[in-house]
Amino acid sequence: MALLEINNLNRYFGGLHAVNDVSFSVDEGMIKAIIGPNGAGKTTLFNLISGNLPPSGGTVLFKDEHIEGFQPYQIAVRGMSRTYQNIKLFHGMTALENVMLGRHVQSRAGFMAGMLNLPWTWHEERQIRQKAMEFLELFEISEFADIEVTNLSFGQQRAVEFARALATEPKLLLLDEPAAGLNIYETAEIGQLISRIRDRGITVLLVEHDMSLVMDISDEIVVLSFGEKIAEDLPAAIQQNEEVISIYLGEEED
Amino acid sequence: MDQVRRIIPVVFLIVFIVAVQLATKYTGTPFYLTQLTMSAYYSLVVVGLCVLMGYAGQISIGHAGFFAIGGYISAALTTHNLLELKDNAFVSLLNKYGVLVLREDLYGETLLTVHPWYACLLAIMTAVIIAFVIGGPVLKLKGHYLAMATLGFGIIIYQIVMATEYFGEADGISEVPSFNILPGIELGGGFEIRVVNYYIAWGLVVFGIIILQNLIHSRVGRALRSIHGSEEAANAMGIHTSRYKLYTFVLSAAFAAIAGVFLTHYNGSIGPSEAGVMKSVRYVAIVAVGGMAHLWGALIMSVILNFLSLRGVFGTYDDAVFGAILIVIMLFAPEGILGLGIFQKLKKIMSGGVSGKTPELQESKTGQKQV
Repeated sequence: MALLEINNLNRYFGGLHAVNDVSFSVDEGMIKAIIGPNGAGKTTLFNLISGNLPPSGGTVLFKDEHIEGFQPYQIAVRGMSRTYQNIKLFHGMTALENVMLGRHVQSRAGFMAGMLNLPWTWHEERQIRQKAMEFLELFEISEFADIEVTNLSFGQQRAVEFARALATEPKLLLLDEPAAGLNIYETAEIGQLISRIRDRGITVLLVEHDMSLVMDISDEIVVLSFGEKIAEDLPAAIQQNEEVISIYLGEEED
Repeated sequence: MDQVRRIIPVVFLIVFIVAVQLATKYTGTPFYLTQLTMSAYYSLVVVGLCVLMGYAGQISIGHAGFFAIGGYISAALTTHNLLELKDNAFVSLLNKYGVLVLREDLYGETLLTVHPWYACLLAIMTAVIIAFVIGGPVLKLKGHYLAMATLGFGIIIYQIVMATEYFGEADGISEVPSFNILPGIELGGGFEIRVVNYYIAWGLVVFGIIILQNLIHSRVGRALRSIHGSEEAANAMGIHTSRYKLYTFVLSAAFAAIAGVFLTHYNGSIGPSEAGVMKSVRYVAIVAVGGMAHLWGALIMSVILNFLSLRGVFGTYDDAVFGAILIVIMLFAPEGILGLGIFQKLKKIMSGGVSGKTPELQESKTGQKQV
């Protein structure tokens, strides 16, 4: 069953047709990757799905519900979470607090309950803290729990962002270039991590440049070029696809 | 544990409030209570603004406007004589339901005015509604644009009260009556009720600070700080950022309006200077001196600076002093005065050096820049 279904999605930036009539679907429990050269519209497509940008046309169905044009928070509460290519953590807050924010959609104390410090919220706060700690432990960064996030290394920050996204307990996780800025060892670790995330029953859709990572972990791959989908297939088939090879390596001269 | 730690400073505050009152009593200086009471009301505006600016990260240079809306509406409703309109259908209806009250003014003239209780409630509600209405569109703006929009709002309110006869134009409104807010507790500026009013004002501050402190330590408070950190990511975490910003804006406006209402009835008058831009700048300056995201810092600095200002220490340079404070703080102590090294050391010594960040971490914060 398709968890996410994208039909004829379009997005213009002025005269630029950044996403051109793209359709594909992501089945529950799979890891799907979107690849393509720079400027192919991968991140734009991501922003259309997560609600950071409204589409110019087309539909996005998540759990059989139309979510195109929704605000990001509306999409997040429906069970979609994301990370960013250039990590967006909450500065001025500790690693633990960042992950605790991931529990926002799983808790409910509002303004009144907060201001009046109602006893039931104490229990909820304890649970938020405990759960957040569990997610830090999952990424083996619980020792940095009380450190302000800008003091962490790049890799650690990425781990915090992952933990925060997972703490929302999403059905679908969008990863925007999770291996960007990491060396080959860290990239391999990220690959294992993504597989582990899938094993927890979370569907993953990722944008990635690193071909070895994509070929290793993906179940299916969508290839974008100049905003258009040019191929969608299994990794092995994509490697043999002549059109894909030509856009990545250039065309052979006759 | 966290709950207990939160109560301790509140207990300190209450003890301090009582101690100051007793000190003025035994040293024969009860006249200080007047300025301390007024400082308390201004502090109410400051702590509300502190949550909006320091925690949610949304600036407002128009909070004197909300203070003035509260003060002016309550003052106007409780001073304008409706006796001539007694036969008006609407006025007689209000009279029938006990919304109006007959009283005598200083010259023995009989006045029919809105009961102060209803006037106060209506004033605060009006401020809240206005905050809701303008907050919606205005809070879509960010940074300088938000600052300019709120500044514009403050100027509009100032111009309205300056140009409206109903609000007394440049003279403002005087002879605002004192009244019993609760049976036996009179809100007003009379000498014989000075001590009671000192406790009314500070009681409100204690109540306000407990509520705000609870809020910033709650799930919502964490969400507000995340909006400050990255609004886009906060939104993607499922936080309805525009609603959270709006509610916080309205909450801080309500604090300002309550302060305006109480101070107006305490002083017995209100003038256009309370709505002025310099008043708004002053509130912002005090929040900055206190360290932005520091409720207690804002409260402490507010009491000190407002008290000095009201005692006339700054003389005719009053507004200039607050402008200068804002510049100096932004240049040399953007973390606020209490964020300066000397106070941090003091805090460390007080807490036995266990809490707070380790020095190595402090260094790495400045030394290492992340990409």
